[in-house]
Amino acid sequence: MNTRQDWRTRAKVAASWGLDRGEGFRLSPARRDRLISVVSPMLLLALWEACARAGVFDVRFFPAPTTILTTLLHLAGSGELWTHTWASLQRLFWGFLVGGVPALFMGIAMGLSRPLRAAIDPLIAATYPIPKSAILPLILLIFGLGEASKIAMVAIGMFYPICINAVTGVLEINKIYLDVAKNFRASRWQMFRTVALPGALPFIMSGVKLGVGMGLILIAIAEMIGAKSGLGYMIWNAWEILSVETMYVGLLTIAVIGYVFSLAINELERWIIPWKAER
Amino acid sequence: MTDKFKIRIRNLRKEFRSGGRTVIAVDDVSIDIAPGSFFMIVGPSGCGKTSLLRMVAGLDAPTSGSIAITDSAPGRPENAMVFQGESIFPWMSVWDNAAYGLTLRGRPKAKIKEVVDHYLDRTGLTKFAHAYPHQLSGGMKQRVSIARAFANDPEVLLMDEPFSALDEQNKTLLQEELLRIWEEHKKTVLFITHSVDEAVTLGDRIMVMTAHPGRSKAIIDVPFERPRSVLELRAQPEYGALVYRIWEQLREEVQLARSEAEKVGVAT
Repeated sequence: MNTRQDWRTRAKVAASWGLDRGEGFRLSPARRDRLISVVSPMLLLALWEACARAGVFDVRFFPAPTTILTTLLHLAGSGELWTHTWASLQRLFWGFLVGGVPALFMGIAMGLSRPLRAAIDPLIAATYPIPKSAILPLILLIFGLGEASKIAMVAIGMFYPICINAVTGVLEINKIYLDVAKNFRASRWQMFRTVALPGALPFIMSGVKLGVGMGLILIAIAEMIGAKSGLGYMIWNAWEILSVETMYVGLLTIAVIGYVFSLAINELERWIIPWKAER
Repeated sequence: MTDKFKIRIRNLRKEFRSGGRTVIAVDDVSIDIAPGSFFMIVGPSGCGKTSLLRMVAGLDAPTSGSIAITDSAPGRPENAMVFQGESIFPWMSVWDNAAYGLTLRGRPKAKIKEVVDHYLDRTGLTKFAHAYPHQLSGGMKQRVSIARAFANDPEVLLMDEPFSALDEQNKTLLQEELLRIWEEHKKTVLFITHSVDEAVTLGDRIMVMTAHPGRSKAIIDVPFERPRSVLELRAQPEYGALVYRIWEQLREEVQLARSEAEKVGVAT
């Protein structure tokens, strides 16, 4: 009796260590996936490093990861990296405020009002396919070389996905919910706040994700022309002085910003849309 | 005069235009509904009973005719509807759903809490106050919908086949609960159903509607005493006799509706 219990405890301990009787070391599939997803980029980086050092790669184009890291630490230490990152983030923020927020209200209003939709839909459909980068010269002409043109580019990039998703989001709301609000005599504003906005929120959040991605692309492009700060400027300037490592640092920083934003938006989504069944 | 009826409907007519054709959904319906009574409308699927209710709810405008609802207190909402199918907001907790009408009207917080807590208690939802609809069963969702309508304290309650999507056991339970809650204040109810059993179980008077277009075929009084217990009521021989009587009225309408549907090629 006593020995049997002893064995059971031992088995439990073994299981908690990921050990299984007879088969030695074993991982659950989820843990294994996580391990692979961490190890594979590491291996890739190590391979890159090895190739760079062995002279397989031309280090003028593909500097070794350690060299890039050194440059990154140097740029971070001098404060240059933070200045540029901060400048880009500020433009993204204002761009979102100027482009994304009106897009949200306009999209919901269009979703609720058929005449408004009929009036604005063709405009959006016609202007949406124009590559946003192609209108940069026009934007520079209108807004000048200062901050306004950068913010305008981000705003335009954020406007479309957020607006289009908000319209879809409202149209996807089951009509019965609008009937309920009507039956309870909701005012226009109450209809907006209690039904249209929360109902369209899942779609709107997808729009925000796409919009942030678009904003990052456009801010990099806009800062390459006629800017004196920002990550786009840093990359362009690095090209002009042929500091390839600095270019990589800029690209890496943009990638990290994109990744952190997507994590933050996912977290925000969980928080403001708690009613969506767990995915 | 004002005491004789709570809802007065006169020569109500509703036409729809569909594909260049005019379809008459409701034709020349006149009803007087006494205050505090439970008025049932039973008819075959697609007979225009939901159209009628939507007009009373103010969601659709009648083509012609009139609907009058007597107000008893200033500021009290005219009606609250319990919809067929899922109508509670998935983005609000059970509590917020039940509080919806009162919140929109900007009632004091303490008052809202008192009323909402009361109806959540009556519908057995107190434990689920902070749950979201996706965590609830179909029967619970319909309880929330009922609590939401009652909590708004309307002049009249409108119910559009609220239990039609539920299984038999849940349906019986909810009918019992509805009767129990209704007994507290005896609000005037206009209840639409396709189930003769439900009509006889709940109603004081029953209007049988014809199919295509929806007209009033007969109005039948239900003589059973209140408060009622659903199961005891159904055990009485008089209950069966009344169900049979109404079924006889309804049968040819159902057959008519079905042959119409076959002509057009729609499955019922």
